[in-house]
Amino acid sequence: MLTTPVSTPIVQFEAVSKTYQIGLVTVPVLREVSFAIHAGEYVSIMGPSGCGKSTLLNLLGCLDRPSTGRYCLGGEDVSQLDDDALSTTRGTRLGFVFQSYNLIQQLTVVENIEVPLYYQGLPEHESRARSCRLAERVGLGHRLEHKPFELSGGQQQRVAIARALVNDPLIILADEPTGNLDSTSGAEILGLFDELHQQGKTLILVTHDPTVSRHARRTIRLHDGQVESDVRH
Amino acid sequence: MSATSSIAAGPASALPFTHLSRAVRLGFKNLSSHRLRSLLTVLGIVFGVCSVIAMLAIGEGASFEAQEQIKNLGSQNIILRSVKPPEEQKVSDKGSQSYVLEYGLTYPDLQRIQSTIPGVTVLVPERTLSEYVWNISRRVDCEIQATVPWYPAMRNQHVVRGRFFSDEEMAGSANVCVLGAEMVPVLFPLESPLGRDVRGGGDYYRVIGIMAPQGRRTAAEASGKGAAYRMFIPLETAKTRYGEILMKRRSGSFEAERIQLHEVTVKVAGPEQVLPVADAIKELMRHNHLKLDYEIIVPLEMLRQAERTKQIFNVVLGSIAAISLLVGGIGIMNIMLASVTERTREIGIRRALGARRRDIVTQFLVESVILSAAGGLLGVALGVTIPWLVTRFAEMRTIVTFWSPMVAFSISALVGIIFGIYPAFRAARMDPVEALRHE
Repeated sequence: MLTTPVSTPIVQFEAVSKTYQIGLVTVPVLREVSFAIHAGEYVSIMGPSGCGKSTLLNLLGCLDRPSTGRYCLGGEDVSQLDDDALSTTRGTRLGFVFQSYNLIQQLTVVENIEVPLYYQGLPEHESRARSCRLAERVGLGHRLEHKPFELSGGQQQRVAIARALVNDPLIILADEPTGNLDSTSGAEILGLFDELHQQGKTLILVTHDPTVSRHARRTIRLHDGQVESDVRH
Repeated sequence: MSATSSIAAGPASALPFTHLSRAVRLGFKNLSSHRLRSLLTVLGIVFGVCSVIAMLAIGEGASFEAQEQIKNLGSQNIILRSVKPPEEQKVSDKGSQSYVLEYGLTYPDLQRIQSTIPGVTVLVPERTLSEYVWNISRRVDCEIQATVPWYPAMRNQHVVRGRFFSDEEMAGSANVCVLGAEMVPVLFPLESPLGRDVRGGGDYYRVIGIMAPQGRRTAAEASGKGAAYRMFIPLETAKTRYGEILMKRRSGSFEAERIQLHEVTVKVAGPEQVLPVADAIKELMRHNHLKLDYEIIVPLEMLRQAERTKQIFNVVLGSIAAISLLVGGIGIMNIMLASVTERTREIGIRRALGARRRDIVTQFLVESVILSAAGGLLGVALGVTIPWLVTRFAEMRTIVTFWSPMVAFSISALVGIIFGIYPAFRAARMDPVEALRHE
């Protein structure tokens, strides 16, 4: 019911658990979570705070490794990779959009967009050209040499989205992307996500805001470290 | 950029260099966003490097001059000087007594050294007389040095015009003299002194030559007797004209000294014989003199001493340099640690966007090396300028050796690496998740 069986999923979680060791106490945060996401899907992950959303996002984003279980990204098992390989995976296959934009303050707009390419060792002129194109695409072609603090929140988030797109990732992970924005800018950002979805990008959006999750085509609800429901709409 | 520059090597090996050059530019960008802080951090290294180079240059210059002076005395020479014995000094200081002091080197000493010690080739005896020397109404207070014809060759001194006196003039007690170049313009401001006569005491002497001026700081000055004006006459002439008693008049009293020879220079056949001969002379003199009314100067010993002093000086300097660079390095480490903490969030972002641990290490290491290398460069510039200024305005000799700026700079760069490693690794060890959450 969940998957179209012809293609292999881009993201596949198989009984993934994550436990944290706090002192002598072992705290389970995710318990045997399984789901699959296919190319071109627009998924929102919802749940009350403390349900394991952030942990799930960290695992999806290869910032952390599952304690048990298997995580396949683009058909490759990434749950046992070492730190360097995880870094490379993040740099080449994932795009991040954060709630607080997370731009590097001393770099200009175009330099911020370039950062993921810098770590892939792409020649400078190439990465510069690609970054400029993406800045134009998110409507910031006239702000290339500005610093983040000279931009509004909505503009900063658009820079972050351009940065998430620059390495042409398999999936784009967004963590409460509208959390720090007023409703107008928030709507703009969500519009941009809709556009990306129409162009066939795979989006995973973590939020607790139902109006935001309504933009997605599928909602996975977490409760107490387990998948509570998984609905398409 | 990488593809065109290395067709043979391919992009794989061209990449690290391109990457490094971009890392360096990124480092400059980050550092220039905190200009004042970076400048202050760098100062420690600047002063360390600068003081090392400047002090080395001044020390090198001083020791070079000292060695030059000692070499002027002749490294194969042993110099014996008459010294007023300390107990006699006290008596004469009372000032009221008037009697003849007798001390110093004697002609029998000379005889004994020449006949009993093997390895001695030449002896240069010398008497020094303080006297006014006149050219009609012009007068200088002069040291008349009565010596032998082979004096110039022995003491590395040269006659610039005319000639030194000959053996015949010596044997015949001729009234001839050679003037030091320093006194020529005073006595003969207009004409050439050669062939003219000067008066010293009651006698006239014909000027037959002029000695080259001694350096700015002469050997005589260095050993304590300021001899700006010098005149040379044959030893035999001095014997017949002055005798052996020297009178010094003071108000209300006078004192007289009987000194046969003021100074004897002994030339030894080879450099390896200098020290044994010196020991033999010391022994001989000790047996024949009741009082310590002489001193023995061995330039070779002084030279060795000077070299040893220089070595000690270099060790002391080295420690000072090490300490100041250590302090500078700690300054860099301190600021880099602060910077790592301050930029935790940035580290998290970069890690999330694909930076590996070694990329973060490179970034912070490059920054600390830029700081220390920039400090090193500034320090070298300043350290070369200061000796130049010292030479120009304090008229001291300084020598900036070729290696001292290089070594100082390399060490400063090394300091950047050593003290940058810990902060860089601390930055790289951070958990990306934690770092991203950092406020």
